[in-house]
Amino acid sequence: MLLQAIFILVSLATLGAALLVVLTRNLFHSALFLAASFFGVAALYVLLEAEFLAVVQVLIYVGAIATLIVFAIMLSRGGVQRGVPLFNAEWAIVAVGVALLGGVLIVLLTQVAWPVSQAAPPADLIARLGQAFVGPYVIPFEVASALLVTALIGAILIARERE
Amino acid sequence: MIPLSWFLIVAAFLFCIGLYGVLVRRNAIAVLMGIELMLNAVNLNLVAFWRYSGPTEVTGQVFAIIVITVAAAEAAVGLALIIAMYRNRQTVNVEELDTLKG
Amino acid sequence: MGFVADLFRNLGAAFVGWLSGFLPPWAVALVNDVAVALLLLTLALLIVLYVIWFERKAIARVQDRLGPNRAGPAGLLQNLADAMKLLIKESITPSDADRWVYNLAPILSVFAAIMLLAVVPFGAGLIGEDLNVGVLYIVAMGSLGSMAVLMAGWGSNNKYALLGGFRVVAQLLSYEIPMVLAMLSPVLLAGTLSMQGIVAAQAGGRWFGVLMPAAFLIYLVSAVAETGRSPFDLLEAESELVAGFHIEYSGMKFAWFYLAEFMNTFTLSAVATTLFFGGWLGPFVDRAPVLGVVYFAIKVSIIYALFTWFRATLPRVRIDQLMAFAWKVLVPGALANLLLVAVLAKLPLPDLLNSLLILAANVALILTGLGMIGRSLRLQAQRRLAQG
Repeated sequence: MLLQAIFILVSLATLGAALLVVLTRNLFHSALFLAASFFGVAALYVLLEAEFLAVVQVLIYVGAIATLIVFAIMLSRGGVQRGVPLFNAEWAIVAVGVALLGGVLIVLLTQVAWPVSQAAPPADLIARLGQAFVGPYVIPFEVASALLVTALIGAILIARERE
Repeated sequence: MIPLSWFLIVAAFLFCIGLYGVLVRRNAIAVLMGIELMLNAVNLNLVAFWRYSGPTEVTGQVFAIIVITVAAAEAAVGLALIIAMYRNRQTVNVEELDTLKG
Repeated sequence: MGFVADLFRNLGAAFVGWLSGFLPPWAVALVNDVAVALLLLTLALLIVLYVIWFERKAIARVQDRLGPNRAGPAGLLQNLADAMKLLIKESITPSDADRWVYNLAPILSVFAAIMLLAVVPFGAGLIGEDLNVGVLYIVAMGSLGSMAVLMAGWGSNNKYALLGGFRVVAQLLSYEIPMVLAMLSPVLLAGTLSMQGIVAAQAGGRWFGVLMPAAFLIYLVSAVAETGRSPFDLLEAESELVAGFHIEYSGMKFAWFYLAEFMNTFTLSAVATTLFFGGWLGPFVDRAPVLGVVYFAIKVSIIYALFTWFRATLPRVRIDQLMAFAWKVLVPGALANLLLVAVLAKLPLPDLLNSLLILAANVALILTGLGMIGRSLRLQAQRRLAQG
């Protein structure tokens, strides 16, 4: 009962923040609302008993990606374009399309009987995650590391100032 | 207990909001923010299914962590591109990037 | 005597017992949690008051003067006087500043600093919440502070504040990496991310700071940089960039930033104690757990005195030296340390031999690192001499 109330509050906050991300004119405020929605998703992870993932979400999304987005906003002075309309010309049609997609998704998700198991997550989940990353899932792990190094070098090269 | 479908509905809403942001906003950084919202929705879906349908394995969380990693890499490169774009054309409006058109 | 031996836990149990007399169980849990949270908050603010007094006195003595000695006995009420002064100051908001962002930044800064206290083990069983991802939680909350600084820099509508904000975030993000890597070495040896688990793994005098001095040193230097204190206080010194990102803040809002910095310092000292010096462990602590709080306070005070000593004696470091130091010295050092500890900890050797090997590897790492830094500095000096 209490859990459900908390879930509803957190979900409303997250969805509200996400909506404000898309609808706010001031880009810096959008970035802050984005960070708030990341927090909301982290809270939802805690409700799902995935605490490690929740902390990783805060660490990477809020601590790094949101900061990066704010940096980019500051460096490109993105919030100062008055007179330019916020949405492009097709905003009404896209709204209808997205609402349709949302409706279809929700109908699908509530109608299908998903296989639910009553088991509980293992107590040594973090140890198992570590073992999974160097065991069965070592290839995605290494590929992700290679991707990160490539992205790092690429981002530095692209954003460098040409003298 | 919170039913699984509630989490999936929240993820679906988040995905649709992100999709709307990507398709409709003119500012490139706002488009990137929409992409991040969509990736978050996907992750929420993955973790919800992990918790309700297969909590004894760690596959769901491994997948989610890889998605977070890829999202971080993509955000970095995307923002570097946006900064380079701003430096060259003094604009971050996606509709003004049409030099390859026609 | 028996009650006092485990004083705080018995007080807590008595409180819960009294509550259960007239509340349903879910309400008892809720009230207990809220009471613990309020207690931690009060404790945080009181500790910061004491800590600021200690720092001012210590720095004054180092500089051959007395420090605050008028307000109250030995100047103990000086902080109260300062707080009251800051409260009654006029609250100026710069024109064209983003009101919401400008006002939210100091609150977020303090929020990040206080949230860290929830996973600090003050004694046996005295912890806000023993998360099984405690160490990672600390890192996450630390990275939240950088967001607050960016908000302050942007919200002030001031070019210097913006530049100061950029530099602060660059410093914070750069030093977060060696700090995390240095914090991972005790986690490796203890086998758990939970704070109480790491304290328990150091039982029997097996303090990780003694086993791995390299990790402790790297963590210490990174923590000094993370809190933005001297010698890494380029960003908030009055002579640099006109006080950096909190130029436009006056009165109570500035007090929040000030508070957040000291609280951060205290919390990082507490984390260093927990990870590297056995937290609340000490002689006779299993018979009288209340002694754990005393030992913890002593150890944290010693490490905080170290921080104060750095501030009182070392000159400021330039921003490029700062970044070069982080990326070229601390990150490789922390990675090498992690690698060495990971390999040596898994060798099937008796415990004492293992510990000695890890200690030897760490000392070798420190000496190698210092040697390489010394050689590179000598080469730089020679090059400068050759250029005339």
